[in-house]
Amino acid sequence: MAIKIIDPGFNVTVQDFGRPKFQHLGVPVSGAIAPTLLRLANALVSNAGYEAGLEIRLMGPTFEVLCDSLRIALVGTSTPLEIIDGDITFQPANQSIKLKKGQIVKIGNVSDSGTTYLAFEGGFDLPKTYDSMSTYVRAGIGGYKGRPLLAGDVVPLKTNSATDRGELKLNDAWFLEENGPLRVILGPQDDYFSSNSIATFFDSKYSVTTEADRMGIRLDGPKLEHSKGYNIVSDGIVTGAIQVPGTGQPIMLLADHQTTGGYPKLGTVISADISRLGLLCPGTEITFQQITVEAAEQILVEQELKIHTAIGNFRPADPWLDHQALYNENLISGFM
Amino acid sequence: MNTPPRNSYRFLFAGDSALVIQFGETVDARINQHVRKISAIVKREDIEGVVDLVPTMRSLMIHYNPLYISQAELKKLITPLLGREFTLDDDIIRWRIPVCYENEYAPDIEDVSRSLRVSASEIIKQHTSVELEVFMMGFLPGFPYLGLLPEIFDLPRRVEPRVHVPPRSISVAARQTTIYTIDSPGGWHLIGQTPVDFYNPNRENPVLVKAGDKISFFAIDRKEYPAVRRALKADEYSLIMDC
Repeated sequence: MAIKIIDPGFNVTVQDFGRPKFQHLGVPVSGAIAPTLLRLANALVSNAGYEAGLEIRLMGPTFEVLCDSLRIALVGTSTPLEIIDGDITFQPANQSIKLKKGQIVKIGNVSDSGTTYLAFEGGFDLPKTYDSMSTYVRAGIGGYKGRPLLAGDVVPLKTNSATDRGELKLNDAWFLEENGPLRVILGPQDDYFSSNSIATFFDSKYSVTTEADRMGIRLDGPKLEHSKGYNIVSDGIVTGAIQVPGTGQPIMLLADHQTTGGYPKLGTVISADISRLGLLCPGTEITFQQITVEAAEQILVEQELKIHTAIGNFRPADPWLDHQALYNENLISGFM
Repeated sequence: MNTPPRNSYRFLFAGDSALVIQFGETVDARINQHVRKISAIVKREDIEGVVDLVPTMRSLMIHYNPLYISQAELKKLITPLLGREFTLDDDIIRWRIPVCYENEYAPDIEDVSRSLRVSASEIIKQHTSVELEVFMMGFLPGFPYLGLLPEIFDLPRRVEPRVHVPPRSISVAARQTTIYTIDSPGGWHLIGQTPVDFYNPNRENPVLVKAGDKISFFAIDRKEYPAVRRALKADEYSLIMDC
């Protein structure tokens, strides 16, 4: 009831939806930086929405299936997975795949998107800290021993065999194509910036630098001038906050951000656009658009509807199993 | 001292999933106490959709799920609570925390002593003289900001921040004191180290204290330090004040 990591990839961590209820103890929320994708991956393997999966950035892991059978789904990339079983076969992302004991799965370079999730039917059998399996590496909690995966790790799963059902695929990967401006609500410290600075922020292009990790994304673009200094008495931080330190270059804060901080925050990316932040790759140019709280709330409801619709519109995927064998056993003759 | 305008507050927008109620813009123990009082009042209301309440020095951040409650609805429920009277809190714990203020455990105590023009023993005496309140938690998991220290501790941060501050370091600046919980950068003056883990990922509840708890420090010498640490690990050392 496990997988064995043969090649760990790059900084692959176990993530679920984090620890939002423990920020008052200074514990960062953590969890998937593109939660919408993890939800869809979970849905493809019939998991309840909250199960943890593997979060993969740039380079994925290679692992061996140690249980009798296993269902997985990779969401967020268009790169196929390699299944090694004597032969090598390729299976597309964004659908469920059933695997057998002894098969090796290789998820190679997935740098076509900032973040990709691999969900496992049944989920991991790992301890929770503060209600969550999310790995927060800096403080050594969650996930597999509080750290990214390493070669040789045997990561336990809750089930030993995949349920008996057909495979499903996602029809429409709209989330990989969203590229309009990121929508922002002004505040909480917009009064620390001149109106010129705020106008500059919304009128300019910013590019994603290589200083981008699970804590935040440093942007490069026109400098934002503070109007009354860049130190505030530390206050709370929410995911998506755009803080501007003394350099004048904004930083967008992601899941592993500190719970409090002392830099002024010009605005906050809306909840519906948080998953888009997780998908950004270094070098990407972005723009921002100011909207109201009420508009953001409406957009979030529409996005929820879209996610539910996408799950409702999952279509049967061809089983990857040997077609000839199926014909021989006359299993699909009824459909011919 | 003027009474701070306790009933003056401002709502600040922090996106569509957090609302800030700001009661001031400066470090003021009474404003902070008011923030924690309001936090306790809001917590007791158990509003559906509210996910967490993070009191900080001078403001309260309410994290909520916008699919359960809109910001307008939340404001409508919160506003009448802001004038309410309430005595702070029965689940506050009073801690007694041992600190070694010597040699390698206190790399900055000589510098602090020079810049304040008081002896190291006076610094220790003053640092252990008052019961401190946890103003807020933040910066790192389990990291408390405590105050207010006696006036002699009104000193600025170090000019050169350290890249690595060891866990369990006790630091001071601006009449506050903190306890580092994991290895991290830091700009405050390190005047001691406690054998107590304020954060331990291997404990069921990794974080030790919460905002509102009270802490008094007492000095132990460097020979006692390892023994106290062993006793703590064996769960044979009490940190909680009998009262």
